[in-house]
Amino acid sequence: MTVTEDRTPEREVAPIRELTPRELLRWGWRQLTSMRTALILLLLLALAAVPGSLIPQENLDSVKTSNWQAAHTTLAPIYRKLGLFDVYGTPWFAAVYILLMISLIGCIVPRLGVYWRGLRSQPPAAPRNLLRLPEATSYTTSASVEEVSARARAVLRRKRYRLRRASTSTLEGAGEVSAERGYLREAGNLVFHIAVIVVLVGFAVGSLFGYKGGVIVLQGDQYGFSNELTQYDDFDPGSLFRPSMLNWFNLHIHDFHVDWIDSGPRQGMARGFRSDLRYQTSPNGPTKSYDLEVNHPLDIGGTEVFLIGHGYAPEITVRDGQGNIVSSGPAVFLPEDQSFLSFGVVKPPSGQISLEGLFYPSEVTLPNGQPVNVTGDIGDGSDAVLSLQVWKGDNGLANGPQSIYSLDTSKMTQVTAPGGKAFNLRKGQTVTLPDGLGSVTFDGITRWNKLQISQTPFKHVALGGVVLALLGLLGSLFIRSRRVWVRARETTEGTLVEVAVLDRSGGDEMAAVVAGLVAALQGRPEEEPE
Amino acid sequence: MSTHAWESLSNQAVAAAGVIYFLALLSHLVEWSALIGRRSAVAERKVLVGPAGAESSVPSSTEAPVDSEGAVGTSGSSGEDERATRAELFGRLGYLLTCIAVACHVVAIASRGFAAGRVPWGNMYEFTLAGTGIVAAVYVLLYRRLKLSWMAPAVVAFVLVFLMVAVLVLYTPVEPLTEALNSYWLVIHVISAALATGAFTLGGIASAMYLLKRRRPDTQTGWMARVPDLPVLDRVAYRIHAFGFPIWTFAVLISGPIWAHQAWGSYWNWDPKEVWAFITWVVYAGYLHARATAGWKGRNAAILALVGVATLWFNFIGINYFSTTSMHSYAAPAHVAAAAPAVPEALR
Repeated sequence: MTVTEDRTPEREVAPIRELTPRELLRWGWRQLTSMRTALILLLLLALAAVPGSLIPQENLDSVKTSNWQAAHTTLAPIYRKLGLFDVYGTPWFAAVYILLMISLIGCIVPRLGVYWRGLRSQPPAAPRNLLRLPEATSYTTSASVEEVSARARAVLRRKRYRLRRASTSTLEGAGEVSAERGYLREAGNLVFHIAVIVVLVGFAVGSLFGYKGGVIVLQGDQYGFSNELTQYDDFDPGSLFRPSMLNWFNLHIHDFHVDWIDSGPRQGMARGFRSDLRYQTSPNGPTKSYDLEVNHPLDIGGTEVFLIGHGYAPEITVRDGQGNIVSSGPAVFLPEDQSFLSFGVVKPPSGQISLEGLFYPSEVTLPNGQPVNVTGDIGDGSDAVLSLQVWKGDNGLANGPQSIYSLDTSKMTQVTAPGGKAFNLRKGQTVTLPDGLGSVTFDGITRWNKLQISQTPFKHVALGGVVLALLGLLGSLFIRSRRVWVRARETTEGTLVEVAVLDRSGGDEMAAVVAGLVAALQGRPEEEPE
Repeated sequence: MSTHAWESLSNQAVAAAGVIYFLALLSHLVEWSALIGRRSAVAERKVLVGPAGAESSVPSSTEAPVDSEGAVGTSGSSGEDERATRAELFGRLGYLLTCIAVACHVVAIASRGFAAGRVPWGNMYEFTLAGTGIVAAVYVLLYRRLKLSWMAPAVVAFVLVFLMVAVLVLYTPVEPLTEALNSYWLVIHVISAALATGAFTLGGIASAMYLLKRRRPDTQTGWMARVPDLPVLDRVAYRIHAFGFPIWTFAVLISGPIWAHQAWGSYWNWDPKEVWAFITWVVYAGYLHARATAGWKGRNAAILALVGVATLWFNFIGINYFSTTSMHSYAAPAHVAAAAPAVPEALR
């Protein structure tokens, strides 16, 4: 191996003249991959992420976003043009992180080469004038040059420095030791930067090819869900997702348990809930069962099923004036609060009436006649009350799709119950509507589960990348990299020993390192163990 | 002991800790005022003895305050002597009181945990209680090792203010955890977030001190004279940040996403808390990057560190008042959010 000088190449300063396109490109590339640009891009990324946290985002909460847009008629179109309702999907946000990634790659590749060469080469020879280095000292000793050099080699080797083999000095008759340690610091640094790219790739694949969907499934073997696009209530695919990527399975909720809190300030809320899920992964495959819980998802061949909510669906039968059933079965009511006071609507596709109302799983009437809900625990259902407002007229269902959780009453008139506005029913009760409009029956109660079903390809790549990044980070922060030179030469007063340290990591107290080295060289106990 | 007994013990311990922190702060302020008193004395001496004499009385930054006080005291008047003793006495008293307050603080956190039958950081009140406790405990533990006496008034004032905010604004009675929080990831995630928050806060205080000291680096009087030299401050700030950053990385980018994935089905949801935690991460990454490569030391780095600490605390408290999007209500029917496993209150 030849002895080479390892010095960071200084940037050539070209005379000022017109740049050729090639040079311009080179210049642009250098600018993009410079540390300063990387730093600016990093801070720009932080800045670009801010609006998304302050303005409602369409894919996070579409209801809130449309409300906000309705309330801000001047700002909304401008914001929409700028993509501020979907910040993390806009081209300008993508531009920042793509530029950052290119800058990162442009930064890493040359550094890999430099690092590789640095690993193979020896620690650099001592500079001519050691005492000019910021951290340097000298002392005179009676030991010979050879003794000092040998001792320095032993001390530095013990401190796990890598030593330069050749010891020919630039100065006549002097003994020189060059040593370096902390090679892994730069390795950690490179690992960190590569890992960041791995994370970005993992994240990008996950959000481009993945999807996230939600569905409400009623409890009972007769209900269920099969993994098809049409079965989802809401579906949020990545931009490169194709429906063929959905894998085949079906599931149903056989049983469902809720653990209610029955004392304390949160009395009546659910502490935990668990579904006894049955599923099939192929049309003729066996039916398997799984206890689905929050924090305990089911993984079906890369598609994960999460239990994220639950509630009640009162079974309501609506009959018209002739006694024909126009609507029947469970209607999903959505919880309004933690005690599962729920709101829902029934919109029969035919017939004149529609219903909207509240469901009290466990109702108590206050002395002033006000009904309140005590707990979400429905017990045997004897305290459950369905309080319905009945509307007559066009529910708009014929005009196209609309939310099944709200009723547009603008073209309807209310049918009031005698003595009040709402019709209150207990389980099993039927109320006959005035004017021969028919009747409403509260047959029973079914529970429902809100499931989130998602596929996030490459999620383990992203996780592995972050863990790798953390390890690299630890290396780059806490491994100390420094070079040490010791030169001994004969003078009239004895052997003059010069010791110099070059800190390559920053943030260290080099004076203490120098003092420790000198102490070790002189055979004194070190004050500060290094 | 019953839940209620533990809870009231916790509340009483918080009150006691608050009072004692306040006394500690007073004591440090007395110490400080005694140091300010020295200004005239030294200035006087400067005039009398001239530059050479003034130089001899310059206390070395790493020297214990006692020594510098003593050095001045022996050559100064008896009134000055008295002041020096007073500064020393109240400095020690302040530290002692802080230690007692931290003990009460720890009792408060622990009994809160016993009351709830779980780790005591399930909501904002508990997180602030634990976070300030960590800041104070780290300060007390590192006091001698890093010679942090110069930091005393700032740390005690910070802890006291945030503890008061916790009691007055954020207080909630002991509650059991909601389902999504019922995970061992809560322990891992929140403890690392709190630890990093404590470290970044101390680092931020050191950086603020740096900027203050930088305006008059040669001050030889008053409290600022006891603040270490600029390079030492810069290095202390860097070390604290370098300690906090990997922990923050773990909290925000490893344990957070793992838990989010388990509880909400998606490891990164771009919701405001996550976004701001990420912003904080990016700012501190920029801080370390700038120091390592762009050679930003001192002022620029300190400013960046303060930006970082601002985003950190904005994320913790401020975002709740600004954000218009509720956490994780991404399920299409908005009402289901209420039924969905509630978002950790510590995050709201």
